[in-house]
Amino acid sequence: MFEYDFMVNAFAASGIIAVLAGIVGYFLVMREQTFAGHALSHVGFTGATGAALIGVSPLWGMIAFTLAAGLSMGALGERLAGRDVAIGVVLSLSLGCGLLFLHFFTAYATQITALLFGNVLGVTHTTLAILAGIAVASLVALGAIMRPLVFATLQPELAEAKGVSLRVVSMLFLTIAALAVAACTQIVGVLLVFTLMVGPAAAAQNISTRLRSGIALAAAFALAQAWLGVTLAFYTDWPTSFWITALAALVYLASLLARRRS
Amino acid sequence: MIEAMAPAMASARGGCALELERVTIALGGRTILADTDLTVGAGEFVGVLGPNGAGKTTLLRAILGLVPLAHGTIRIAGEPIARGNPGIGYMPQVRSALAGRRLRGRDFIAMAADGHRWGLPRTDAATRAEVERVLDLVDGHALAERPLSELSGGERQRLLLAQCLLGQPRLLLLDEPLISLDPNHQRGVVELVRRVQRELGITVLFSAHELNPLLSALDRVLYLGNGSAALGTVDEVITRPVLSRLYGSPIDVMRVNGRIFVMSGDVEVEKHDHAHEGEPGAGNGHVHSHGHTHDV
Repeated sequence: MFEYDFMVNAFAASGIIAVLAGIVGYFLVMREQTFAGHALSHVGFTGATGAALIGVSPLWGMIAFTLAAGLSMGALGERLAGRDVAIGVVLSLSLGCGLLFLHFFTAYATQITALLFGNVLGVTHTTLAILAGIAVASLVALGAIMRPLVFATLQPELAEAKGVSLRVVSMLFLTIAALAVAACTQIVGVLLVFTLMVGPAAAAQNISTRLRSGIALAAAFALAQAWLGVTLAFYTDWPTSFWITALAALVYLASLLARRRS
Repeated sequence: MIEAMAPAMASARGGCALELERVTIALGGRTILADTDLTVGAGEFVGVLGPNGAGKTTLLRAILGLVPLAHGTIRIAGEPIARGNPGIGYMPQVRSALAGRRLRGRDFIAMAADGHRWGLPRTDAATRAEVERVLDLVDGHALAERPLSELSGGERQRLLLAQCLLGQPRLLLLDEPLISLDPNHQRGVVELVRRVQRELGITVLFSAHELNPLLSALDRVLYLGNGSAALGTVDEVITRPVLSRLYGSPIDVMRVNGRIFVMSGDVEVEKHDHAHEGEPGAGNGHVHSHGHTHDV
Protein backbone atom coordinates (compact mmCIF):
# COMPACT_ATOMS: atom_id res chain seq x y z
CA MET A 1 0.00 0.00 0.00
CA PHE A 2 2.99 2.33 0.32
CA GLU A 3 3.20 2.65 -3.46
CA TYR A 4 0.45 5.29 -3.12
CA ASP A 5 1.57 8.76 -2.18
CA PHE A 6 -1.64 9.44 -0.23
CA MET A 7 -1.03 6.36 1.89
CA VAL A 8 2.48 7.50 2.77
CA ASN A 9 1.05 10.88 3.75
CA ALA A 10 -1.70 9.22 5.74
CA PHE A 11 0.77 7.13 7.70
CA ALA A 12 3.05 10.08 8.37
CA ALA A 13 0.22 12.43 9.38
CA SER A 14 -1.63 9.92 11.55
CA GLY A 15 1.63 8.84 13.17
CA ILE A 16 2.63 12.39 14.09
CA ILE A 17 -0.83 13.28 15.39
CA ALA A 18 -1.27 10.04 17.29
CA VAL A 19 1.91 10.56 19.29
CA LEU A 20 0.96 14.18 20.00
CA ALA A 21 -2.64 13.31 20.90
CA GLY A 22 -1.62 10.38 23.09
CA ILE A 23 0.84 12.45 25.13
CA VAL A 24 -1.29 15.59 25.49
CA GLY A 25 -4.30 13.36 26.16
CA TYR A 26 -2.47 11.72 29.04
CA PHE A 27 -2.49 15.06 30.86
CA LEU A 28 -6.07 15.88 29.83
CA VAL A 29 -7.15 12.63 31.48
CA MET A 30 -4.97 13.22 34.53
CA ARG A 31 -6.41 16.71 34.95
CA GLU A 32 -9.94 15.40 34.39
CA GLN A 33 -10.33 17.91 31.57
CA THR A 34 -11.36 15.50 28.84
CA PHE A 35 -14.51 17.52 28.36
CA ALA A 36 -12.31 20.51 27.53
CA GLY A 37 -10.87 18.51 24.63
CA HIS A 38 -14.37 17.92 23.37
CA ALA A 39 -15.28 21.59 23.79
CA LEU A 40 -12.17 22.79 21.97
CA SER A 41 -12.95 20.66 18.94
CA HIS A 42 -16.51 22.01 18.74
CA VAL A 43 -15.28 25.59 18.83
CA GLY A 44 -12.66 24.64 16.25
CA PHE A 45 -15.44 23.55 13.90
CA THR A 46 -16.80 27.11 13.86
CA GLY A 47 -13.32 28.43 13.16
CA ALA A 48 -12.74 25.99 10.31
CA THR A 49 -16.05 26.68 8.58
CA GLY A 50 -15.77 30.43 9.17
CA ALA A 51 -12.31 30.44 7.65
CA ALA A 52 -13.55 28.51 4.61
CA LEU A 53 -16.30 31.07 4.19
CA ILE A 54 -13.87 33.98 3.99
CA GLY A 55 -11.46 32.04 1.80
CA VAL A 56 -8.83 31.11 4.38
CA SER A 57 -7.58 27.57 4.96
CA PRO A 58 -9.92 25.78 7.42
CA LEU A 59 -6.90 24.43 9.34
CA TRP A 60 -5.80 27.97 10.27
CA GLY A 61 -9.36 28.92 11.24
CA MET A 62 -9.52 25.82 13.39
CA ILE A 63 -6.20 26.62 15.09
CA ALA A 64 -7.12 30.27 15.72
CA PHE A 65 -10.45 29.36 17.34
CA THR A 66 -9.19 26.46 19.46
CA LEU A 67 -6.27 28.60 20.69
CA ALA A 68 -8.60 31.45 21.68
CA ALA A 69 -10.95 29.00 23.38
CA GLY A 70 -8.11 27.21 25.17
CA LEU A 71 -6.68 30.46 26.53
CA SER A 72 -10.04 31.71 27.77
CA MET A 73 -10.90 28.38 29.38
CA GLY A 74 -7.54 28.42 31.15
CA ALA A 75 -8.03 31.99 32.31
CA LEU A 76 -11.58 31.39 33.57
CA GLY A 77 -10.38 28.21 35.28
CA GLU A 78 -12.43 27.23 38.28
CA ARG A 79 -15.19 29.64 37.37
CA LEU A 80 -16.13 27.20 34.61
CA ALA A 81 -16.49 24.31 37.04
CA GLY A 82 -20.03 23.08 37.44
CA ARG A 83 -21.39 25.24 34.61
CA ASP A 84 -22.32 22.34 32.38
CA VAL A 85 -25.39 24.03 31.00
CA ALA A 86 -23.61 27.26 30.07
CA ILE A 87 -20.80 25.32 28.44
CA GLY A 88 -23.27 23.11 26.61
CA VAL A 89 -25.09 26.16 25.25
CA VAL A 90 -21.83 27.67 23.96
CA LEU A 91 -20.82 24.37 22.38
CA SER A 92 -24.12 23.87 20.58
CA LEU A 93 -24.00 27.48 19.48
CA SER A 94 -20.56 26.99 17.98
CA LEU A 95 -21.64 23.88 16.09
CA GLY A 96 -24.74 25.77 14.98
CA CYS A 97 -22.64 28.71 13.72
CA GLY A 98 -20.42 26.24 11.91
CA LEU A 99 -23.47 24.83 10.21
CA LEU A 100 -24.63 28.30 9.21
CA PHE A 101 -21.22 29.13 7.70
CA LEU A 102 -21.35 25.89 5.74
CA HIS A 103 -24.81 26.86 4.52
CA PHE A 104 -23.47 30.14 3.09
CA PHE A 105 -20.35 28.43 1.81
CA THR A 106 -22.55 25.84 0.08
CA ALA A 107 -19.93 23.22 0.72
CA TYR A 108 -20.12 19.71 -0.56
CA ALA A 109 -21.22 17.06 1.84
CA THR A 110 -17.79 15.41 1.62
CA GLN A 111 -16.12 18.53 3.05
CA ILE A 112 -18.56 18.63 5.96
CA THR A 113 -18.02 14.96 6.59
CA ALA A 114 -14.26 15.47 6.48
CA LEU A 115 -14.48 18.20 9.11
CA LEU A 116 -16.77 16.20 11.37
CA PHE A 117 -15.26 12.76 10.98
CA GLY A 118 -11.79 13.38 9.59
CA ASN A 119 -10.14 12.52 6.29
CA VAL A 120 -6.67 11.21 6.82
CA LEU A 121 -6.42 9.95 3.24
CA GLY A 122 -6.73 13.49 1.93
CA VAL A 123 -3.72 14.98 3.74
CA THR A 124 -1.50 17.05 1.42
CA HIS A 125 2.24 17.62 1.76
CA THR A 126 1.59 21.20 2.94
CA THR A 127 -0.82 20.04 5.64
CA LEU A 128 1.65 17.37 6.67
CA ALA A 129 4.36 20.00 7.15
CA ILE A 130 2.03 22.19 9.20
CA LEU A 131 0.98 19.24 11.36
CA ALA A 132 4.61 18.28 11.97
CA GLY A 133 5.36 21.88 13.00
CA ILE A 134 2.41 21.95 15.41
CA ALA A 135 3.42 18.61 16.91
CA VAL A 136 7.02 19.65 17.53
CA ALA A 137 6.03 23.03 18.99
CA SER A 138 3.37 21.48 21.27
CA LEU A 139 5.61 18.72 22.55
CA VAL A 140 8.50 21.08 23.27
CA ALA A 141 6.13 23.40 25.15
CA LEU A 142 4.62 20.49 27.05
CA GLY A 143 8.11 19.31 28.03
CA ALA A 144 8.90 22.77 29.34
CA ILE A 145 5.86 22.91 31.65
CA MET A 146 5.56 19.21 32.50
CA ARG A 147 6.95 19.32 36.03
CA PRO A 148 4.73 22.12 37.37
CA LEU A 149 1.83 20.73 35.32
CA VAL A 150 1.93 17.38 37.10
CA PHE A 151 2.43 19.07 40.47
CA ALA A 152 -0.43 21.52 39.94
CA THR A 153 -2.69 18.71 38.73
CA LEU A 154 -2.16 16.31 41.60
CA GLN A 155 -1.70 18.78 44.46
CA PRO A 156 -2.91 22.22 43.50
CA GLU A 157 -2.83 23.71 47.03
CA LEU A 158 0.69 22.52 47.68
CA ALA A 159 1.88 23.66 44.25
CA GLU A 160 0.36 27.08 44.90
CA ALA A 161 2.12 27.27 48.26
CA LYS A 162 5.41 26.43 46.56
CA GLY A 163 4.95 29.37 44.21
CA VAL A 164 3.41 27.71 41.15
CA SER A 165 0.78 29.87 39.45
CA LEU A 166 -2.13 27.50 38.85
CA ARG A 167 -3.70 29.85 36.34
CA VAL A 168 -0.55 30.25 34.24
CA VAL A 169 -0.02 26.49 34.19
CA SER A 170 -3.65 25.91 33.24
CA MET A 171 -3.57 28.50 30.44
CA LEU A 172 -0.33 27.16 29.00
CA PHE A 173 -1.58 23.59 29.10
CA LEU A 174 -4.91 24.38 27.47
CA THR A 175 -3.07 26.30 24.74
CA ILE A 176 -1.07 23.16 24.04
CA ALA A 177 -4.22 21.05 24.20
CA ALA A 178 -5.90 23.43 21.74
CA LEU A 179 -3.11 22.92 19.21
CA ALA A 180 -3.26 19.17 19.68
CA VAL A 181 -7.04 19.13 19.21
CA ALA A 182 -6.80 21.23 16.05
CA ALA A 183 -4.20 18.83 14.65
CA CYS A 184 -6.15 15.79 15.79
CA THR A 185 -9.31 16.85 13.95
CA GLN A 186 -7.36 16.55 10.69
CA ILE A 187 -7.21 12.80 11.25
CA VAL A 188 -10.37 11.79 13.07
CA GLY A 189 -12.53 14.91 12.76
CA VAL A 190 -14.23 17.24 15.21
CA LEU A 191 -16.59 14.66 16.64
CA LEU A 192 -14.04 11.92 17.31
CA VAL A 193 -11.04 13.63 18.93
CA PHE A 194 -11.82 11.60 22.05
CA THR A 195 -10.76 8.46 20.31
CA LEU A 196 -7.10 9.52 19.96
CA MET A 197 -6.79 11.94 22.89
CA VAL A 198 -8.72 10.24 25.65
CA GLY A 199 -9.02 6.53 24.85
CA PRO A 200 -5.29 5.65 24.70
CA ALA A 201 -4.43 7.93 27.63
CA ALA A 202 -7.15 6.46 29.85
CA ALA A 203 -6.03 2.94 28.95
CA ALA A 204 -2.42 3.83 29.77
CA GLN A 205 -3.45 5.16 33.19
CA ASN A 206 -5.31 1.94 33.87
CA ILE A 207 -2.20 -0.08 33.25
CA SER A 208 0.74 2.01 34.42
CA THR A 209 1.29 3.57 37.83
CA ARG A 210 4.33 5.55 36.73
CA LEU A 211 4.42 8.82 34.90
CA ARG A 212 7.04 8.10 32.29
CA SER A 213 5.84 4.66 31.27
CA GLY A 214 2.25 5.93 31.33
CA ILE A 215 3.03 8.69 28.85
CA ALA A 216 4.98 6.29 26.62
CA LEU A 217 2.11 3.79 26.69
CA ALA A 218 -0.47 6.45 25.82
CA ALA A 219 1.60 7.50 22.79
CA ALA A 220 2.18 3.87 21.77
CA PHE A 221 -1.53 2.97 22.02
CA ALA A 222 -2.54 6.02 19.99
CA LEU A 223 0.10 5.26 17.37
CA ALA A 224 -0.95 1.63 17.10
CA GLN A 225 -4.60 2.63 16.78
CA ALA A 226 -3.86 5.18 14.09
CA TRP A 227 -1.58 3.04 11.92
CA LEU A 228 -3.62 -0.10 12.29
CA GLY A 229 -6.76 1.94 11.56
CA VAL A 230 -5.29 3.36 8.35
CA THR A 231 -4.12 -0.11 7.29
CA LEU A 232 -7.48 -1.72 7.98
CA ALA A 233 -9.23 1.09 6.12
CA PHE A 234 -6.98 0.49 3.12
CA TYR A 235 -7.84 -3.19 2.92
CA THR A 236 -11.52 -3.02 3.85
CA ASP A 237 -12.39 0.32 2.27
CA TRP A 238 -14.29 1.20 5.44
CA PRO A 239 -13.71 4.67 6.94
CA THR A 240 -10.40 5.12 8.79
CA SER A 241 -12.08 6.93 11.67
CA PHE A 242 -14.38 3.96 12.24
CA TRP A 243 -11.40 1.63 12.59
CA ILE A 244 -9.59 4.02 14.91
CA THR A 245 -12.63 4.33 17.19
CA ALA A 246 -13.13 0.56 17.18
CA LEU A 247 -9.50 -0.04 18.11
CA ALA A 248 -9.69 2.65 20.82
CA ALA A 249 -12.66 0.92 22.37
CA LEU A 250 -10.85 -2.41 22.19
CA VAL A 251 -7.68 -1.05 23.81
CA TYR A 252 -9.66 0.61 26.60
CA LEU A 253 -11.64 -2.56 27.28
CA ALA A 254 -8.44 -4.62 27.38
CA SER A 255 -6.90 -2.14 29.83
CA LEU A 256 -9.90 -2.49 32.14
CA LEU A 257 -9.53 -6.26 32.11
CA ALA A 258 -5.78 -6.00 32.73
CA ARG A 259 -6.39 -3.66 35.64
CA ARG A 260 -8.93 -5.97 37.22
CA ARG A 261 -6.56 -8.90 37.00
CA SER A 262 -3.59 -7.06 38.53
CA MET B 1 4.52 20.23 78.00
CA ILE B 2 6.22 23.20 76.49
CA GLU B 3 8.20 24.09 79.59
CA ALA B 4 9.69 20.63 79.59
CA MET B 5 11.22 20.63 76.16
CA ALA B 6 10.81 23.80 74.20
CA PRO B 7 13.06 26.33 75.98
CA ALA B 8 16.36 24.60 75.21
CA MET B 9 15.53 24.33 71.54
CA ALA B 10 14.01 27.76 71.39
CA SER B 11 17.11 29.41 72.77
CA ALA B 12 19.37 27.33 70.54
CA ARG B 13 17.51 28.55 67.49
CA GLY B 14 17.06 32.11 68.54
CA GLY B 15 13.48 31.97 69.77
CA CYS B 16 10.34 31.92 67.75
CA ALA B 17 9.26 29.89 64.78
CA LEU B 18 6.21 32.02 64.10
CA GLU B 19 5.15 35.49 65.17
CA LEU B 20 1.90 37.29 64.45
CA GLU B 21 1.99 41.01 65.18
CA ARG B 22 -1.31 42.88 65.21
CA VAL B 23 -2.57 40.67 62.41
CA THR B 24 -5.97 41.15 60.84
CA ILE B 25 -7.13 38.68 58.21
CA ALA B 26 -10.36 39.24 56.31
CA LEU B 27 -11.76 36.89 53.72
CA GLY B 28 -14.86 37.52 51.68
CA GLY B 29 -15.96 40.42 53.87
CA ARG B 30 -15.62 38.36 57.04
CA THR B 31 -12.97 38.93 59.67
CA ILE B 32 -11.12 35.71 60.46
CA LEU B 33 -8.65 37.27 62.84
CA ALA B 34 -8.70 40.79 64.26
CA ASP B 35 -5.62 42.59 65.57
CA THR B 36 -4.04 39.42 66.94
CA ASP B 37 -0.61 39.00 68.49
CA LEU B 38 0.87 35.60 69.13
CA THR B 39 4.20 33.83 69.21
CA VAL B 40 4.97 30.15 68.68
CA GLY B 41 8.36 29.00 69.93
CA ALA B 42 10.71 26.83 67.89
CA GLY B 43 10.13 23.14 68.56
CA GLU B 44 6.55 23.50 69.74
CA PHE B 45 3.66 21.24 68.75
CA VAL B 46 0.61 23.49 68.54
CA GLY B 47 -2.88 22.15 67.95
CA VAL B 48 -5.01 24.58 65.91
CA LEU B 49 -8.66 24.21 66.87
CA GLY B 50 -11.90 26.04 66.45
CA PRO B 51 -15.39 25.65 65.05
CA ASN B 52 -15.99 25.09 61.35
CA GLY B 53 -15.33 28.30 59.50
CA ALA B 54 -13.30 29.86 62.30
CA GLY B 55 -10.46 30.23 59.80
CA LYS B 56 -7.99 27.45 60.57
CA THR B 57 -7.24 26.84 56.89
CA THR B 58 -7.18 30.56 56.15
CA LEU B 59 -4.67 31.19 58.92
CA LEU B 60 -2.39 28.45 57.58
CA ARG B 61 -2.70 29.86 54.06
CA ALA B 62 -1.90 33.34 55.36
CA ILE B 63 1.29 32.00 56.93
CA LEU B 64 2.14 30.53 53.51
CA GLY B 65 1.61 33.93 51.92
CA LEU B 66 -1.45 32.78 49.95
CA VAL B 67 -3.96 35.00 51.73
CA PRO B 68 -3.16 38.72 51.98
CA LEU B 69 -3.18 40.28 55.43
CA ALA B 70 -5.56 43.17 55.95
CA HIS B 71 -3.21 44.50 58.59
CA GLY B 72 -0.15 43.53 60.60
CA THR B 73 2.90 41.35 60.07
CA ILE B 74 3.63 37.63 60.16
CA ARG B 75 7.23 36.51 60.60
CA ILE B 76 8.58 33.00 60.21
CA ALA B 77 11.86 32.42 62.06
CA GLY B 78 12.26 36.18 62.07
CA GLU B 79 11.72 36.56 58.32
CA PRO B 80 8.67 38.14 56.67
CA ILE B 81 6.31 35.74 54.91
CA ALA B 82 6.99 34.88 51.28
CA ARG B 83 5.21 32.49 48.94
CA GLY B 84 7.27 29.40 48.30
CA ASN B 85 9.26 29.72 51.55
CA PRO B 86 11.33 26.50 51.65
CA GLY B 87 11.40 26.64 55.45
CA ILE B 88 7.73 25.66 55.62
CA GLY B 89 6.31 22.21 54.97
CA TYR B 90 2.60 22.24 54.14
CA MET B 91 0.06 19.44 54.11
CA PRO B 92 -3.18 20.73 52.59
CA GLN B 93 -6.50 19.25 53.62
CA VAL B 94 -6.68 15.84 52.01
CA ARG B 95 -8.41 15.65 48.66
CA SER B 96 -10.64 12.71 47.92
CA ALA B 97 -9.33 12.77 44.34
CA LEU B 98 -5.95 11.53 45.57
CA ALA B 99 -7.55 8.27 46.67
CA GLY B 100 -8.33 7.49 43.03
CA ARG B 101 -4.85 8.19 41.67
CA ARG B 102 -3.01 5.16 40.39
CA LEU B 103 0.34 6.88 40.73
CA ARG B 104 3.13 5.16 42.62
CA GLY B 105 3.73 6.67 46.06
CA ARG B 106 7.40 7.34 45.47
CA ASP B 107 6.73 9.30 42.27
CA PHE B 108 4.02 11.21 44.08
CA ILE B 109 6.43 12.30 46.80
CA ALA B 110 9.26 13.09 44.41
CA MET B 111 6.96 15.35 42.41
CA ALA B 112 6.86 17.92 45.21
CA ALA B 113 10.65 18.12 45.50
CA ASP B 114 11.10 20.16 42.34
CA GLY B 115 7.56 20.58 41.01
CA HIS B 116 7.78 24.35 41.12
CA ARG B 117 10.57 24.43 38.53
CA TRP B 118 9.92 24.33 34.78
CA GLY B 119 11.07 21.44 32.68
CA LEU B 120 10.67 17.70 32.34
CA PRO B 121 10.18 15.64 35.50
CA ARG B 122 13.40 13.84 36.19
CA THR B 123 14.76 12.75 39.50
CA ASP B 124 18.46 13.37 39.97
CA ALA B 125 20.54 11.64 42.61
CA ALA B 126 20.08 14.44 45.13
CA THR B 127 16.28 14.32 44.82
CA ARG B 128 16.27 10.54 45.10
CA ALA B 129 18.38 10.74 48.25
CA GLU B 130 16.03 13.35 49.69
CA VAL B 131 13.02 11.13 48.96
CA GLU B 132 14.79 8.23 50.71
CA ARG B 133 15.47 10.46 53.71
CA VAL B 134 11.82 11.50 54.17
CA LEU B 135 10.62 7.93 53.60
CA ASP B 136 12.99 6.82 56.35
CA LEU B 137 11.56 9.44 58.68
CA VAL B 138 7.99 8.16 58.32
CA ASP B 139 8.99 4.52 57.84
CA GLY B 140 7.22 4.55 54.49
CA HIS B 141 9.47 2.58 52.14
CA ALA B 142 7.03 -0.28 51.62
CA LEU B 143 4.10 2.08 51.04
CA ALA B 144 6.04 4.08 48.48
CA GLU B 145 6.11 1.17 46.05
CA ARG B 146 2.31 0.96 45.86
CA PRO B 147 -0.07 3.21 43.92
CA LEU B 148 -1.95 5.81 46.02
CA SER B 149 -5.28 4.22 45.13
CA GLU B 150 -4.32 1.03 46.97
CA LEU B 151 -3.38 2.73 50.24
CA SER B 152 -5.63 3.33 53.22
CA GLY B 153 -6.33 6.87 54.37
CA GLY B 154 -3.79 6.57 57.18
CA GLU B 155 -1.13 5.22 54.84
CA ARG B 156 -1.70 8.07 52.41
CA GLN B 157 -1.33 10.55 55.27
CA ARG B 158 2.01 8.95 56.10
CA LEU B 159 3.24 9.60 52.55
CA LEU B 160 1.81 13.12 52.60
CA LEU B 161 3.74 13.78 55.79
CA ALA B 162 6.90 12.45 54.13
CA GLN B 163 6.23 14.77 51.23
CA CYS B 164 5.96 17.86 53.37
CA LEU B 165 9.26 17.01 55.07
CA LEU B 166 11.09 17.41 51.75
CA GLY B 167 13.68 20.17 51.83
CA GLN B 168 14.10 20.04 55.61
CA PRO B 169 11.50 22.63 56.64
CA ARG B 170 11.63 24.02 60.20
CA LEU B 171 7.88 24.63 60.40
CA LEU B 172 5.14 22.19 59.43
CA LEU B 173 1.61 23.37 58.71
CA LEU B 174 -0.72 20.37 58.75
CA ASP B 175 -4.30 21.10 57.74
CA GLU B 176 -6.70 18.57 59.26
CA PRO B 177 -4.58 15.43 58.81
CA LEU B 178 -7.08 13.45 60.87
CA ILE B 179 -10.12 14.18 58.75
CA SER B 180 -12.03 11.04 57.73
CA LEU B 181 -9.66 8.69 59.59
CA ASP B 182 -10.94 6.19 62.13
CA PRO B 183 -9.73 6.64 65.75
CA ASN B 184 -7.05 4.00 65.39
CA HIS B 185 -5.47 5.63 62.36
CA GLN B 186 -5.91 9.05 63.97
CA ARG B 187 -3.77 7.93 66.88
CA GLY B 188 -1.18 6.54 64.46
CA VAL B 189 -0.91 9.81 62.55
CA VAL B 190 -0.65 11.93 65.72
CA GLU B 191 2.05 9.67 67.16
CA LEU B 192 3.97 9.72 63.89
CA VAL B 193 3.88 13.50 63.61
CA ARG B 194 4.92 13.83 67.25
CA ARG B 195 7.83 11.41 66.82
CA VAL B 196 9.11 13.08 63.64
CA GLN B 197 8.67 16.52 65.17
CA ARG B 198 10.79 15.55 68.19
CA GLU B 199 13.41 13.78 66.11
CA LEU B 200 13.92 16.81 63.89
CA GLY B 201 13.24 19.43 66.55
CA ILE B 202 10.83 21.27 64.28
CA THR B 203 7.70 23.29 64.95
CA VAL B 204 4.27 21.91 64.08
CA LEU B 205 0.91 23.62 63.62
CA PHE B 206 -1.62 20.80 63.47
CA SER B 207 -5.21 21.80 62.78
CA ALA B 208 -8.01 19.49 63.85
CA HIS B 209 -11.72 19.31 64.53
CA GLU B 210 -11.32 17.54 67.81
CA LEU B 211 -9.00 18.16 70.69
CA ASN B 212 -8.90 14.70 72.25
CA PRO B 213 -6.84 12.84 69.63
CA LEU B 214 -4.14 15.53 70.02
CA LEU B 215 -4.08 15.71 73.83
CA SER B 216 -1.13 13.35 74.23
CA ALA B 217 0.99 15.18 71.67
CA LEU B 218 0.47 18.88 71.91
CA ASP B 219 2.43 21.48 73.81
CA ARG B 220 -0.06 24.27 73.36
CA VAL B 221 -3.43 24.96 71.76
CA LEU B 222 -4.32 27.75 69.36
CA TYR B 223 -8.08 28.11 69.50
CA LEU B 224 -9.75 30.27 66.86
CA GLY B 225 -13.28 31.63 66.86
CA ASN B 226 -15.31 34.79 66.46
CA GLY B 227 -12.45 36.68 64.79
CA SER B 228 -10.27 36.10 67.78
CA ALA B 229 -7.66 33.59 68.96
CA ALA B 230 -6.34 32.16 72.21
CA LEU B 231 -2.93 30.50 72.48
CA GLY B 232 -1.86 28.65 75.59
CA THR B 233 -1.69 25.32 77.33
CA VAL B 234 -4.80 23.15 77.36
CA ASP B 235 -5.49 24.19 80.94
CA GLU B 236 -5.27 27.86 80.03
CA VAL B 237 -7.34 27.80 76.85
CA ILE B 238 -9.88 25.01 77.16
CA THR B 239 -11.85 26.78 79.85
CA ARG B 240 -15.37 28.04 80.17
CA PRO B 241 -14.58 31.81 79.90
CA VAL B 242 -12.07 31.57 77.05
CA LEU B 243 -14.19 29.26 74.88
CA SER B 244 -17.39 31.14 75.62
CA ARG B 245 -15.67 34.24 74.27
CA LEU B 246 -14.42 32.42 71.16
CA TYR B 247 -17.75 30.75 70.41
CA GLY B 248 -19.76 33.83 71.32
CA SER B 249 -22.12 31.70 73.36
CA PRO B 250 -21.98 29.98 76.77
CA ILE B 251 -19.68 26.95 76.69
CA ASP B 252 -19.09 24.26 79.28
CA VAL B 253 -15.92 22.23 79.53
CA MET B 254 -16.13 18.73 81.00
CA ARG B 255 -13.29 16.38 81.75
CA VAL B 256 -13.97 12.67 81.83
CA ASN B 257 -11.23 10.02 82.13
CA GLY B 258 -8.55 12.28 80.71
CA ARG B 259 -10.74 13.33 77.82
CA ILE B 260 -12.13 16.82 77.42
CA PHE B 261 -15.58 17.61 76.11
CA VAL B 262 -16.53 21.09 74.98
CA MET B 263 -20.26 21.51 75.31
CA SER B 264 -22.72 24.17 74.30
CA GLY B 265 -25.88 23.42 76.28
CA ASP B 266 -26.22 19.68 75.93
CA VAL B 267 -24.45 19.41 72.56
CA GLU B 268 -20.78 18.54 72.18
CA VAL B 269 -19.54 21.26 69.86
CA GLU B 270 -16.56 19.57 68.28
CA LYS B 271 -18.52 16.47 67.45
CA HIS B 272 -21.53 18.39 66.23
CA ASP B 273 -20.14 21.46 64.61
CA HIS B 274 -22.84 21.39 62.03
CA ALA B 275 -25.52 21.84 64.65
CA HIS B 276 -24.04 25.26 65.32
CA GLU B 277 -23.69 26.55 61.85
CA GLY B 278 -26.91 28.49 61.91
CA GLU B 279 -26.05 30.24 65.14
CA PRO B 280 -24.71 33.75 65.05
CA GLY B 281 -21.77 33.01 67.33
CA ALA B 282 -20.38 30.37 65.04
CA GLY B 283 -19.45 32.75 62.28
CA ASN B 284 -22.37 34.76 60.96
CA GLY B 285 -23.86 31.93 58.97
CA HIS B 286 -20.91 31.76 56.57
CA VAL B 287 -19.51 28.72 58.23
CA HIS B 288 -20.61 26.27 55.59
CA SER B 289 -18.69 27.86 52.82
CA HIS B 290 -15.40 28.21 54.56
CA GLY B 291 -14.10 24.70 54.81
CA HIS B 292 -14.65 24.18 51.13
CA THR B 293 -13.41 27.46 49.83
CA HIS B 294 -9.91 26.19 49.30
CA ASP B 295 -10.71 22.69 48.20
CA VAL B 296 -10.37 23.55 44.57
